Amino acid sequence: MQARPAYLPYLLLAPSVLFLAALFLYPLAETILLSVRTAEGFSFDNYRRMAGDLNFASALGNTFLLVGVVVPLQIALALGLAQMLTKITRGREIVLWVWTIPMGVSDLAAGLVWLALLTDRGYVNSALFALGLIDGPTGWLSYETPVTLFVAIVLAEVWRATAIVLVILVAGFGLIPKEYGEAAEIFGATPWQRFTRVTLPLLKPSLQTALILRTVLAFEVFAVVFALGGRNFPVLVSEAYVWQFENQSYAVAAAYAVVVMAISLAATAIYLRVLRVKPEARL
Amino acid sequence: MRKRLIASAAILLGLGFLPQAQAQETVFMSTQLRPIEEAQKVRDVILKGFAGQAVYVTEQPQQLNVRMRAEAAAGRRTVSVIGALHGELQPLQPMGALDDISDVATKLADRGIPANLMNLGKLGGSTQVYIPWMQATYIMVANRQALPFLPAGADINALTYDQLKEWAKNVRERTGQRRLGFPAGPTGLMPRFFQGYLYPSYTGSAVSAFRSAEAEAMWTNFKDLWQYVQPNSTSYNFMQEPLLADEVWIAFDHVARVLDALRQRPNDFVTFPAPAGPKGRGYMPVVAGLSIAKDAPNRAGAVALIDHLSTARTQLVTAAEVGFFPVVKADLPADLAPGVRLAANAIALTQNARDALVSLLPIGLGDKGGEFNKVYIDTFTRIVLRNEPARAVLDREAENLRAIMNATAAPCWAPDPASTSACPVN
Repeated sequence: MQARPAYLPYLLLAPSVLFLAALFLYPLAETILLSVRTAEGFSFDNYRRMAGDLNFASALGNTFLLVGVVVPLQIALALGLAQMLTKITRGREIVLWVWTIPMGVSDLAAGLVWLALLTDRGYVNSALFALGLIDGPTGWLSYETPVTLFVAIVLAEVWRATAIVLVILVAGFGLIPKEYGEAAEIFGATPWQRFTRVTLPLLKPSLQTALILRTVLAFEVFAVVFALGGRNFPVLVSEAYVWQFENQSYAVAAAYAVVVMAISLAATAIYLRVLRVKPEARL
Repeated sequence: MRKRLIASAAILLGLGFLPQAQAQETVFMSTQLRPIEEAQKVRDVILKGFAGQAVYVTEQPQQLNVRMRAEAAAGRRTVSVIGALHGELQPLQPMGALDDISDVATKLADRGIPANLMNLGKLGGSTQVYIPWMQATYIMVANRQALPFLPAGADINALTYDQLKEWAKNVRERTGQRRLGFPAGPTGLMPRFFQGYLYPSYTGSAVSAFRSAEAEAMWTNFKDLWQYVQPNSTSYNFMQEPLLADEVWIAFDHVARVLDALRQRPNDFVTFPAPAGPKGRGYMPVVAGLSIAKDAPNRAGAVALIDHLSTARTQLVTAAEVGFFPVVKADLPADLAPGVRLAANAIALTQNARDALVSLLPIGLGDKGGEFNKVYIDTFTRIVLRNEPARAVLDREAENLRAIMNATAAPCWAPDPASTSACPVN
């Protein structure tokens, strides 16, 4: 067989690298440029406008609150589900398949589904009314009910996006050799000890992947929030959208985009650092 | 057929090229009714019965003045009639692209176009520059179930904001539900309510009196009214949906955004003009006008075409086909769809109201239109939803408004008194 030339791998990689550079790095550079360019030259005016805006503080606060509640909930839920899944053999695929159905639903569609459930005359209120628990249309999603609105958004996000965490963790569980758990059991470890001392540490690489993916996506949350909360629950990306399309100020929208990116990068860096797995501890 | 093909080809090429206009042809270019179905309705239905030969072409609003300028520079005019919104025609006037059509106005004097609309067609000068063509505007719609709660002595067709508040209050007290609704959702047209209705009615202005004492009183009143407003209003984009769901009984919105409700259940709804305040009944007509281009290749054909489009019959056909309503006096035919009739009635009542105060869509803001709207919606959010003190909010938002006006140098539009430079925020 003829030896492959040394440049062949690079040649084969080139299209994808060029593709990403053209459609990711270039727009990224353009976005950053757009956010710092003003009529007078380069400045941080657009960032000042963003920060001085009525909705900026609440958008920032809401985004962090949502990430802070949704991501841990999803990780905990997915851990529980994945753990349960390891205990069954028959029908495991079917259960996994059912659990991952929400992954196939677009996020806007998911938002609209929850909206149909939770509006004043939605399915939830109809059921509550039939049970005699409320005496008429009751609002859950208005600016007057911020708590239920937030709970609704959390519910919808958990419903929609826990499956991706689950899939990653199920794969991670599959990689953990049974022997570790069995050895711990022989030494008298309780199930909880086995979970915290054996499973979790060995699951770290998968957890890291799941956390990075979910957190970055959670900072970019938009469609579900927009469908349920609209103007009542601004988040960073919905504000970027509003500045772009309603206020027609691309520069401020770009500033928002850069802020979201910076936060995502910072979160990723933190996870990479905190959940680092020492080379000698790898499976 | 061939001519239409050629005309279509010219549109497709987008080059502004048209075959040497033949003497009998009248090229009618419009920034309105651009979607293909609407354009086809214009060609097949609205222009049917026109004695001459009209070639209907459409143009993007932002391309209109580029095209007129280019034609003037090339010294070869192809367009005879221009149909566009008031604010789109206005910039064509200083560049000398529009002919004086006072003769046409005289000829059409018997059509019953209200004087205030006809005056808009003078663009602030003394000669007629366009003839009002068709209009849309914002109306109020109420479910018939709300009618028993009207305050005593109130005429639904001449409501004041105080009576509207009283009405909404009665509804809440008797039904336990807040059922007055506004389109204050993310893509709702609430900013137009403030710019064209509330502000003019209370201050006689939309921009210059933005932070006046009258404005402060107005916001206080509106905040008081808001306690009877359905709290989901900040999610409504089109009022036809909550109206059809019975969630809202009294609503304000653009006629096109309630038309579905009126069409589906014409017997359940009544329509009426928006309320009046101390300075009159502010209302925002979306007026499209017809102009004749200077050096039009076929002026006689253009005059005849405008005549055709301004007949009561054509105007009613236009209303039924594309949902823009008559500007002329037109008795609604018995077979008009009842939903369309409801909408047309409210529009006629609005524009003929004794205290009607015309407020125009913003003019000359270019791509700052979005930020201009934001000033109004932010002011509303701060004062009404977040309980910030009106005075401080108005002072602060006035800065933003002033910055926009200065950046665009847009002079005042009605009802603000005319200005030579950027409209001042006093």
